[in-house]
This record gives sequence, C-alpha cells and structure tokens, in this order.
Amino acid sequence: MFMKANGTPTTRTLKVDILARVEGEGSLYVKLKGDAITDIKFKIFEPPRLFEGFLRGRAYSEAPDITARICGICPVAYQMSAVYAMERALNVKVDPAIRALRRLLYCGEWIESHVLHIYMLHAPDFLGYPDALTLAKDYPDAVKRGLTLKKIGNEIVRVLGGREIHPINVRVGGFYHVPTKRELQPLLEQLKWARDAAFATAEWAGTLPIPAFEYDYEFVALHHPDEYPLCEGRLVSNKGVNIDIEDFEQHFIEEHVAHSNALHSVIKGRGMYHVGPLARYNLNYDQLTPLAQEAAAAGGLKRICTNPFQTIVVRAVETVYACDHAIDIIEQYEPPPSPAAIVTPGAGTGWGVTEAPRGFLYHRYRLDYTGAILDARIVPPTAQNQKIIEDDLRRYVAGHLQLSDEDLTLQCEQVIRNYDPCISCATHFLKLVVDRT
Amino acid sequence: MERKNKPKIAVWKFASCDGCQLSLLDCEDELLTVAEAVEIAYFPEATSVSVKGPYDVSLVEGSITTQHDAERIHRVRRASKVLITIGACATAGGIQALRNFKDTKALTAMVYANPKYIETLSKSTPIADHVFVDFELRGCPISKKQLLEVIGAYLDGRKPITPHYSVCVECKRRGTPCVMVAHGTPCLGPVTQAGCNALCPAYQRGCFGCFGPAEVPNTRALAEQWKVLGKSPQDLVRIFRTFNAYADAFRKESDVHES
Repeated sequence: MFMKANGTPTTRTLKVDILARVEGEGSLYVKLKGDAITDIKFKIFEPPRLFEGFLRGRAYSEAPDITARICGICPVAYQMSAVYAMERALNVKVDPAIRALRRLLYCGEWIESHVLHIYMLHAPDFLGYPDALTLAKDYPDAVKRGLTLKKIGNEIVRVLGGREIHPINVRVGGFYHVPTKRELQPLLEQLKWARDAAFATAEWAGTLPIPAFEYDYEFVALHHPDEYPLCEGRLVSNKGVNIDIEDFEQHFIEEHVAHSNALHSVIKGRGMYHVGPLARYNLNYDQLTPLAQEAAAAGGLKRICTNPFQTIVVRAVETVYACDHAIDIIEQYEPPPSPAAIVTPGAGTGWGVTEAPRGFLYHRYRLDYTGAILDARIVPPTAQNQKIIEDDLRRYVAGHLQLSDEDLTLQCEQVIRNYDPCISCATHFLKLVVDRT
Repeated sequence: MERKNKPKIAVWKFASCDGCQLSLLDCEDELLTVAEAVEIAYFPEATSVSVKGPYDVSLVEGSITTQHDAERIHRVRRASKVLITIGACATAGGIQALRNFKDTKALTAMVYANPKYIETLSKSTPIADHVFVDFELRGCPISKKQLLEVIGAYLDGRKPITPHYSVCVECKRRGTPCVMVAHGTPCLGPVTQAGCNALCPAYQRGCFGCFGPAEVPNTRALAEQWKVLGKSPQDLVRIFRTFNAYADAFRKESDVHES
C-alpha cells in the first residue's frame, strides 16, 4: 500500500487525457486513496454528432450512406445494419447471391479492421512499443505480414464497395453494380495467401505475454444455426437472452451518464454485458470453419475464452474465418439476375442487427408512407461495452496497486484497448486519469 | 538520402468519423516509407508517442462543434508551420453541419435523455472559419493518392497538384458513359469537384457530392435538369445537404429549394 511517511494513505491520480491507439477521442481517470479506488471513469469526450436527430426527414434510401459517416473504421457495419433494417421495414427479399456478396463485403471489413487492431493498435502493448512503426524495426516480418493482410481486406471492400472508406456501392435492396465472376477471381489468390497469414497471426498472437484476467461475463452476440454471425440471427447470451432482434429495446436499455457523451447500455434488471469478438467466439464456436477452430487451438484458446486480453487471438481466429468464408463465397459465386431487389417505399418499422468487428450494431427506423424516416435509433458496440470496460479497469487496478503510476496507467490503457473501442461510433464516447489520494 | 532533421508531422482530430486519418494507415504500401521520411510527432490514433511542437506539417481532420475545440484549433495553428485540413468535416463542416439548418437543442434532446450533460455549439463549422488554413484537401473520405501528393508537395516545398474541375472530366477520362444522358440517373457530377476518379458513375450510380462544389459550379442549371428527371424540391434540398451541406454553393442551392 502506498503510504506517506506519517502512515496516512497516499492519494494517487492516474490520468490519460487522450488515449492513443483507439479510434476517436476518450480519456481515462482513476482516483485511489491508499488501496481504495474512489473513482474510475472511462470517458468519451468525442463531440456529439447527433446522427439520430438529423436522420429524421431523410429518405429510407439515404440511411446506408449517411450512417456510414458515423465511423470511418467500420462503415460497412453501418451500411449493413441500415439496409437490413430498411428491408425489414419495407418487406424486401433479396436474392441469395446479394446476401452472399454482402457477407463477402463484411469479411473484407472484418479482415481490415481486425488486422489494423492486432498489429497496429494492440500488439505494441504486449511487446512494449509505442506503435507499429517502432515495432516494425524489431519485428519487420510480422508488421509487413500485418500490412499486407490488412491491404487484402481493404481490397475486398474496394472491389465490392468502390472504395475502402465509406463504400459507395451498397443500397437498400442490394448493390448498384455487382461484380462478374471474373472480377472476383484476382481476390481468390490473395485470399489464399491471407488465410495462411491469418493462421500465422493467430499462432503469433498466442506467443504474446497475456496476463491472467478471467471474468464471468454475460456475452451477447448474434447467433445463427448455420453460419458464424455477420448479418443475421437471433440475439443470444450465455446467461439466458434468446430474442428476435426486434425485441432488443424491450430487453436492453441505454442510460446516459454525466461523464460521457456516449450512452451506456445495460440488460434490463441485470446490468452490463460484453459484446464483440469474445462474445461471438464463445457463443458461436461451432459455426467457425474447421481451419478457424484449428487456428484457435494453435493460438492457445480453449473452447470458451473469458480473458479479454486474449481478444487479440480471437480477432486473428475471426480473420482466418473471414478469409476462409470469403474464399468459399467467391468459389460459389454466380451473379444475381439483378443488382438489387425492387424496393417500394412505404410506412413501417424495421430492425437491423449486424456484427461490426467490435460487436453488434443495432439500428431501428420508423418510416412514413413516403419512406421518409420518422425516427431512428442506433446502438453502437462501444457504447454497449463501456460499462464492462470501466468494470474491467476497476478489477484490474484493484489487483495491481503495487505498480507505479506510470506502469499502472499503461496497463489500464491496454485493458481499454482489449475492446478495440471505437469512440467515434460511441459518441453518440475516452481520456485515463489515475487520481491516488 | 538521409535528411539531418526529419520534418515533424502531426495529425489532429476534431468532430469526425476518423476515416480521413485512417486513410494514412490505409497506405499499406507507402506507410513504412513515409515513416522513414518524416517524424510522426503526434498521431494518437496510431502511436502513444507525443513529441512537442512546433510541427512542420499538421493534418487536421474534423469540424468545430464545441467551445473547447474552437479554442484548441488556435493552439494547433500556433504550433504548426503548415496546416492542411483533410476531408469534408474539416473543409465544410461535414455531415454534422446538418445541425446548422435545424435547432441543435431539439436535435440533442432527440438523441440524449439528459441533454444538459451535452456541451455542443449550435453550428458545425469548417476549420478555415476559425484559423488560417494553408491547404484544403476535400473528400468524404479524402483520396489516399491526393493525401500522399499533398504531404509530398509540402515536404518538397512545392504546391500540391489537385484538380478543381468537376467529376465529369474524370468520367470522360475513364470513358464512363454519362449516367444522366445514357440512363437518366440524376448525378451531382457536373457541380462536384473531382478527386474520387468518378467512382459512382463507374458503378452505375449518380455522384452524390463527396468532394464538395467544383470551381464555379452551375448548381441552378443542374437542379433544373434533376427536376426534368422527376426529382422534387424536397429531393433537391436533401441531395445538396449531405457531407458538404455547409459548403457555400451547396448550401445556397439547397436553400433555394426549401419551401
């Protein structure tokens, strides 16, 4: 215990004003009096952008392009949740080939986002480097492998979506233009290399020094009987949730707390829950491809994983899955008869839940008879994880009080980065301050 | 040749989606080379290292939407020899400038249960409304190629080469048939600045204005043509009010059609 010479407990304040290697702006503040944690805040100070407000009055068809602008890291997730919600509201059925192309596009975003986080944001923490560029001096082969892998993810998004950030080719009902079989062929060779590189990434992530930090979380993710969840399924948890996505708001509520520009989500009557790669992996292990399961074993994962520091391995496993699945889609691909289903605007309410790289993303829209948006509700993954992150910090700090302020602060940042928080999304969201009294 | 003192680059974020600064990390082939040529002195999304200014080049993403940011941008300007704004948020206020046409308090109340916790300005404004900007790079998101050109140009001490003509020129150069003429698809290409390599028309879609107004855009004539193609005044208001809604030419044209 930190004591002053006269025996009174010291006050320690740990703070990080701008957390690095996270997407968007947040801070961390921890205040300790002796061994007691008196305050912990994982604060989101990214300015509010008020999307749900200005979506009102916009056409149903504009939601995919407008909501993509919530996040430059996972625009495909926003586009997918939006199109699924609108199609449910307007009773649109899409061709199976359109559905497959959407999964392919999403695989591209998973590869790009997961690999960005593994190599550029998270691995430097485990190995004690400030960034991937410095890491590259000592681990040139690993970082180059990461960059090439990330590029292949981006290449899928570019071919199908037109560009890597804010793709232009997604519309309610399908696409503006669908690729020919031949246009997808060059991706196949790249993806075969990528699948091996992703497997090597899982093995490499398994060798990183991973702290023991288990917890009995309530994990929530989509679950689909036949496939690892991307765009469809029921929302399930390991503690009893099993609902249709349209019942989300009856079981989950958002609380607005003073220290954050994000809204905290909780399960009604039960409290915080955990979304993202760990939740998906634990709830959908059986739906992974055999190779992805093999990668999990190679990275040191068991059937159930409850250590958030191991998300770096889980992201690599999901990257193997995404490569595997993308290869499968391209090999089976036959272009749909038309790039998009016919959409007739009208009144209705629609729900869309898809699995963004950092957790599930909920959209709900209510439309008037012209198809204009009456109101919109968007619940991004990082807002859902915010309470869990604060709770992880509390437990981690309590177990590591012997560390210096500097070391404790660094490790607290790592606890946050386990979640690959996307603060741009959550604002609708982070600075660490550790305050020891 | 090894330079004695590598130029110091900083990347700053204001209200935005992070997509434009991600463009730098998306330069997978060039990133390690760029990192050799410059000192990345401040770039929180990519590194924990934070070197004090002054900086030779600052890249600024995002718009000004809070009092705190309105003050912070002046500190960024004072610490920067060259300040370059990147993306539609920084150059035109971004999608969040849609608040400029509405009552921000009412919008905040729609999103947050306790609006009193939220501090935000009533308008989202571009960086150049607050400080002198040396160069503006358009796009929602910016083009990677243009970003590398602009960084390269400033490091070489020359003016960046980025076009101010319209998307139409890029369509002609690519050989993409005009989507308005060939199949009656409304397109903002004639009034929108080039930079995306006429992406949407190549995907059989009309341009929707990511790069903002081109030089001397004839928005009125284009709006008339859109009406001929069956678009209502409300449609016209919406199409000019997206990611570059608060750019002068688009704002004025949208106001004309608002009843």
